[in-house]
Amino acid sequence: MIDIDVVRSDFPVLHKKVYGKPLVYFDNGATTQKPLCVLDEVRKVYTDYNGNVHRGVHAMSDRTSEAYEGAREKVRLFINAAKREEVVFTSGTTGSINAIAYSFGERYIQPGDEIIVSEMEHHANIVPWQILCQRKGSVLKVIPFNDQGDLDLDEYLKLLSPRTRIVAVTQVSNALGTIVPLKEIIGPAHSMGIPILVDGAQGVQHGFTDVQSLDCDFYVFSGHKIYGPTGIGIMYGKEKWLSELPPYQGGGDMVDRVTFEKTTYNELPFKFEAGTMNYAGAIGLGRALDYLNELGRNEISDREKTLLAYATERLSSVPGLRIYGQSASKICTVSFLLENIHQYDTGMILDKLGIAVRTGTHCAQPVMEHYGIDGTVRASLCFYNTIEEIDALGTGIEKVISMFS
Amino acid sequence: MKLEMTLKEVQDSIIDEFSVFDDWMDKYNILIEMGKELPMIDPKFKVKDYLIEGCQSKVWLYPQYDGKAVTFTADSDAIITRGIVALLIRVLSGRTTEEIIMADLYFIDRIGLRQNLSPTRSNGLLSMLRQMKLYAMAYKAQGSGQSQ
Repeated sequence: MIDIDVVRSDFPVLHKKVYGKPLVYFDNGATTQKPLCVLDEVRKVYTDYNGNVHRGVHAMSDRTSEAYEGAREKVRLFINAAKREEVVFTSGTTGSINAIAYSFGERYIQPGDEIIVSEMEHHANIVPWQILCQRKGSVLKVIPFNDQGDLDLDEYLKLLSPRTRIVAVTQVSNALGTIVPLKEIIGPAHSMGIPILVDGAQGVQHGFTDVQSLDCDFYVFSGHKIYGPTGIGIMYGKEKWLSELPPYQGGGDMVDRVTFEKTTYNELPFKFEAGTMNYAGAIGLGRALDYLNELGRNEISDREKTLLAYATERLSSVPGLRIYGQSASKICTVSFLLENIHQYDTGMILDKLGIAVRTGTHCAQPVMEHYGIDGTVRASLCFYNTIEEIDALGTGIEKVISMFS
Repeated sequence: MKLEMTLKEVQDSIIDEFSVFDDWMDKYNILIEMGKELPMIDPKFKVKDYLIEGCQSKVWLYPQYDGKAVTFTADSDAIITRGIVALLIRVLSGRTTEEIIMADLYFIDRIGLRQNLSPTRSNGLLSMLRQMKLYAMAYKAQGSGQSQ
């Protein structure tokens, strides 16, 4: 059982006031807050042992490298990757997807080839593939979703073709909260020899991700959405793919031997880690994963289910409120609109009440287009949120309605 | 169109109106009321050509020039934005191109709008203001006597 008072005391920012009111932070889908242990860990890098990784003979470099590689091992265990060579540090989800789209595209994509994404992707899992399509003359195909917010798997099966080279799909929709049934996406693709990239940005922090059990070929996520620092992310890839893909950036540390005639590349994962990496971020991310393990991933998941059920019930009781994304399988994100009230008006008033929600398209304009709307208000919760905060949101929404009617 | 107040007088009167409220909820309430009084744009001008980029909410701004003064009508899909738009129109609409181009809108800071609106919204406000000034510059460059 999570002791919520203890947990909240781990997150200093949750006790801040905005406009003199206690902060209610419901924008965890955009970024999560950081526990003290992560902040301490990052500080310790710089106060205790900072040196560049994989560079020097000296003790500081050694110790930093050890901590950095230790963080890689923590990530490997957290997503249950088979080998440390398969875990590459990047700047974040966007960086990872761009890297894969570039390298995979260089190696495998020909004019007329097809790439499948879904209608509920974040722009970060659409635009890199569009750029690739423009570069290589390939074609983007889109799996539609229904009004409830579930992918249309029958349509997906029809899209798979001998020209399909890769399927890139999200684990969880950031705008709707839907948990995508990945096995039903991966199985049929693999039966045709097509690899799968899973965008785990909204999924990895809400439960268990086992990349071996999923059997996905690539899995990417961001540190800052899983209670770690900003500017660090993960690109997991099966060794058989990563060893085939060309590097997407050249520089120090990613090379084996450099002459002006020819350069050979370093082994995995370093082939994809050019230049000085954000090692302090990586080490902080490792500590964040420790923190989640200490809390208990089952406990986190159970608490978030309770919060989702209560938030859905509380908000559904508000007259004129429509929830977008009503899949039976969701993370604790509630996207909604109030009848005849613009999402921005709602967000502005909630902000003044100390409630942080996100308004707009959530970098998922095709999702908004699906419903014929300009945006929604999104309350994205996580384990450190409380029932009382959900009540504050409910009351805040009722205040909004009274102001604008 | 002859205006009764100078640019300075109208700004000072807005500052006065807002000064009686300490609470931001009250300030929003007057913005909402002001939005309702906005000179509404003719629906036929609510098209892409008159849409201002840079707002999370949409703003349409339509200028008219009679050779002396520029009149603006506008609308927004969000009510609080419409209130802010109404304030800008109250200050700048009906003024000469020269006045609009040179206008120093100190009231925005004084009523706390710039600090209290989020950066994206603040950008929207600023892009609307920039757009009003651009229209004035364009009319001035066209010379007098040419009406839109």
